[in-house]
Amino acid sequence: MAEIPIVFILAGLAAYTLLAGADFGAGLWTLLAGPKRAGRAATRDHARHAMGPVWEANHVWLIFVLVVCWTAYPLAFGSITSTLAVPLFIAAVGIILRGASYALRGQLDGARGQRTIENLFALSSILTPFALGTVVGGIASGRVPVGNATGNPVTSWLNPTSVLIGALAVAIGGYLAAVYLAADAHRLGERTLELDFRARALRSGLCAGALALAGLLVVRYDAPALFNGLTSGLAAAMIGVSAAAGLMTLLLVWRNHFGPARASAALAVAAIVAGWALAQKPRFLPGLTIDQAAAGRSTLLAVIVAVAGGAIVLVPSLILLFRLFLRGRLDPAVTLDATVLTPPHIAQNQKGKTRLLAALAGTTVVIGAGVTVFADPGWARALGIICLFAGAISTFGLATAEPDETT
Amino acid sequence: MTATLATVGGVFAMVDQDYLLQARQMQALSLAVHIPLVCFGIAFPAMVLFCEWRYLRTGDSLFRTLAQRWSKVMLALFAVGVVTGTILSFELGLLWPVFMASFGNVFGLGFTLEGFSFFIEAIFISIYVYGWDRLAPRLHFLTGIPVAIAGVTGSLTVISVNGWMNHPGGFTLRDGRAVDEHPWSALFGNFFFWHEFVHMYFAGYIVTGFLVAAAYAWGFLRGRWGRYQRTALTIALSAAAIAAPLQVVIGDWAAREVATEQPTKLAAIEGLGPTTRGAPEHLLGWYNGHEVVFGIEIPRLLSLLAFHNPNATVQGLDAVAPQDRPPVNVERFAFQTMVGIGTLLALLGVVYLYVRLRHKRLPGSPWFYRAVVLAGPLSVLALVAGWITTEVGRQPWIVYGVMRTSQAVTDARGIPIGYGTLIVVYLGLAAGVGWLLRRFSRLPLEVDRDG
Repeated sequence: MAEIPIVFILAGLAAYTLLAGADFGAGLWTLLAGPKRAGRAATRDHARHAMGPVWEANHVWLIFVLVVCWTAYPLAFGSITSTLAVPLFIAAVGIILRGASYALRGQLDGARGQRTIENLFALSSILTPFALGTVVGGIASGRVPVGNATGNPVTSWLNPTSVLIGALAVAIGGYLAAVYLAADAHRLGERTLELDFRARALRSGLCAGALALAGLLVVRYDAPALFNGLTSGLAAAMIGVSAAAGLMTLLLVWRNHFGPARASAALAVAAIVAGWALAQKPRFLPGLTIDQAAAGRSTLLAVIVAVAGGAIVLVPSLILLFRLFLRGRLDPAVTLDATVLTPPHIAQNQKGKTRLLAALAGTTVVIGAGVTVFADPGWARALGIICLFAGAISTFGLATAEPDETT
Repeated sequence: MTATLATVGGVFAMVDQDYLLQARQMQALSLAVHIPLVCFGIAFPAMVLFCEWRYLRTGDSLFRTLAQRWSKVMLALFAVGVVTGTILSFELGLLWPVFMASFGNVFGLGFTLEGFSFFIEAIFISIYVYGWDRLAPRLHFLTGIPVAIAGVTGSLTVISVNGWMNHPGGFTLRDGRAVDEHPWSALFGNFFFWHEFVHMYFAGYIVTGFLVAAAYAWGFLRGRWGRYQRTALTIALSAAAIAAPLQVVIGDWAAREVATEQPTKLAAIEGLGPTTRGAPEHLLGWYNGHEVVFGIEIPRLLSLLAFHNPNATVQGLDAVAPQDRPPVNVERFAFQTMVGIGTLLALLGVVYLYVRLRHKRLPGSPWFYRAVVLAGPLSVLALVAGWITTEVGRQPWIVYGVMRTSQAVTDARGIPIGYGTLIVVYLGLAAGVGWLLRRFSRLPLEVDRDG
C-alpha cells in the first residue's frame, strides 16, 4: 500500500510535464517567434490564444503532486524541500511571474510595456521547468539526504544530471507545444502557422531526443546507481518504449498526423517517468526506502480514498474540458449582438411574496442570532447558523428583488 | 523500521535559524496576498451566478452583461489565486520542512482534498467564462455551479488544517513525529474549525461585496450612475451589508471557542496579565509586560464577552511561562483593528439595508458612497488583521501546544534574500492586478463581447 501514492505522484508528474510542459513550451515559442513564414505577432497570438482555456487546470497538477507527496511521504518531502530550497524558490518565483504576465498580456494589445511583459512571460516559461527539472535531477542522482537542509545547497541541483534534466524539461515542453500548436493551426486552417510549428516541432523533437541520449551518458558517470537501474530489467524496457515512442512521434509529425503524434509523445513522457521510478525503486532518498518514508496506514488509505473519490469527479470534468477545448467550442465568439440596457416590463404584483419573504428573513435572523449567541450544545448552534444563512439569503432576495427605479 | 525513524527524528533535530522572524513574515506576506483572492473564490461565483439566474428568469439582458463582465474579473482573479496558492504550498515545504515532515501525514489530507476542489474550480471556471455565447444558456448556467461549490469546499478543507493546527488531535507523538494518525477525524472531527470556517465564509462575502461595491461607488462619485451601475452596486453591496452585521454574531461564537480552547490567545488579545475574575477589556492602549496602559478600560467586558458572564474568571498570560506567550501587542493591535473595522462595516451595512428595505431605494448622499469606497480596502484590512489574530495568537506554537514554530523552521540559508525577492515580485503582481482591473472597468458596456 505504501507504493500506491507514489504512483499517483508519478502520474501527476507525467500529466504536469505533458500539459503544463506544453504550456511552458508555448511561452518558449513566443520568445523564439523569429520572423518565419508567419509574422512574429501572428505566432505570438496563436501561442497565446491556444493555451487560454486550459491554463488553470494544467497548473493544478503541480499542486496535486506536492500535496500527495507531503501527505503520504512527509519525511521525504521535508528533506527535499529543505535541501533543494533554491531551485524550488526559483521555480516559485517563475510561477508568479508567469501567472501574472499571463493574466496581463491578454489585455495588453497595443499598450505600453507589452514587449517587456511578453519577454518576462517567455523567460519565466523557461526558468520554471528548468528549475523543476533540476529538482528531479537532484532527487534522481541521490543528492538529497534525509534531514533538514542536510544536503549541499548548491551541488544538489547544480550538477550534470540536474542541468541535463532541466534542459530536457524545457526541450520536451517546446516540442509538445509545437506539436499542439501545429495541430491547432491546422484546425483553424492557418496554413503558414501550421508549417512553422511543424518545423519547430521537428527541430525541438530532435533536440529533446539528443538531450535524452546525452542524458544517459551523463548519468552513467554522474549517477552510476541510477544508470544501473535505468539499464536493467523493467526500467530498461520503459526507456526502450520511450525511445520508440519518441521516434514514432517525430515520424507522425513529419507525416502531418498531429493528433496521434500527441498521443505517442504522451507515451514517451509517461514511459520515461515510469522508467525513472522503476530504476530508483525501492529507494526514495539515500537511506530511505518508500516504505520507510510512507505515512501510517490510515493516512495512506485516506489518500487513496480521496484520490479515487476525487478522480470520479475529476476525470469526467477533465474529459469535458478537453473535448470542448480541442473541438474549438471554447474559441472566442465571433457573434456580436448588441446588449440592450433597457429593462423589460416585469409584472409588479409580487407584494404578497415580498411580505412572506420579509417575515421569513426577520424570523430566521432573530432566531439564528439568539440561538448562536445563547445556546451551548453544538447541534443547537449548528441550527442557529443554518437559520442565519436562511435569513441572509432571504434578506438578499428582498434587497435585490425590486428593480431600483429612483435616484 | 522504528530504528530508522528514531535516527530520522535525530536528523530533524532543532536547528539554529537566525531568520525565524523573517520566515514567519514571508509566510504571512504570502498568506495576506492569497487570502483576499480566496474571498473572491468563496463569494464571487455565487454573485455571478445570481446575476445569470436573474437573466434566465427575467430575460433582462442587463443581468447577462453584468454576469459576463464580472465573470472575466473572476477568471483573472482566479488565475492570480492559482499562482499565489501554488506559492503557499511551496513555502510550506521551503520554510517549515520539519513541520511538514513531522505532521504532514496528519493534516496533509486536507490539502489533498483541496487539490481536487481546485481542479474542479479551474476546469469549470474555464468552461464557464470561455463558454459565454458558445453553450446553451441553461447549460452555461449549470457549468458555473461547480465553480461556486468548489470555491467553498476548497476553503473548507484548507481551514480544517488551520483548525487542526490550533486544536491538534488524532495522532500520537513519538520522537517528535506524529504516528498512529487518524487524518479524517483529526481534520473533520475537530469541532474547533467550524467557527473559523463560518467566520471566513462570511468574510468572503464582506470583502468581495464591499470591494466590488467600492468600484461602483467610486463611479457614482464620478457621475457614472446608470441602471447598470445601480444594479451592480445593489447586488454587491446587499451581499456585504447582510454579511457584515451577521459576522458580529459569528465573531462572538469564535471568541467563546477561543476563550475555552486557547485561553492564552484570549489573554493576549486583551493583554490580561494575571488571571482575573470579572476581567475588563481595554480599547487601544499598550501592553507593557504586565498590564495595558493608556487604554480605555471597560469593566468586566472581557468576562462578559468570553463567557457571557460579567463575573467569570479569565485566565491571564501569567498562567503560562513567558516563552509560551504570543507577542501581546501585535495580537491586541490586530484584534482591535479587526473588531473596529468590522463594527464600522456592520453599521454601514445596517444603514444601507434600512434605506434599501424601508424606503425601497438606494442611499442618495455622496457621503454614503464615500464610505463604501473606503469600506472596500478596509474590509481587506480587517480580513488580514483577523488572520493575524488567529496565527500570531497561536505563537510560539505552529501546532498548538505540540510543536514550536522555531522547531519547524528550515535550516537552509538565505531566507532574507527570498523574503526580499518575494516582496519585490508581489509588489509587481499587485501593480499588475490593479492595472488589469482598471482596464476591465474602462471597457465600454456596448462592445462587451469577447474580443
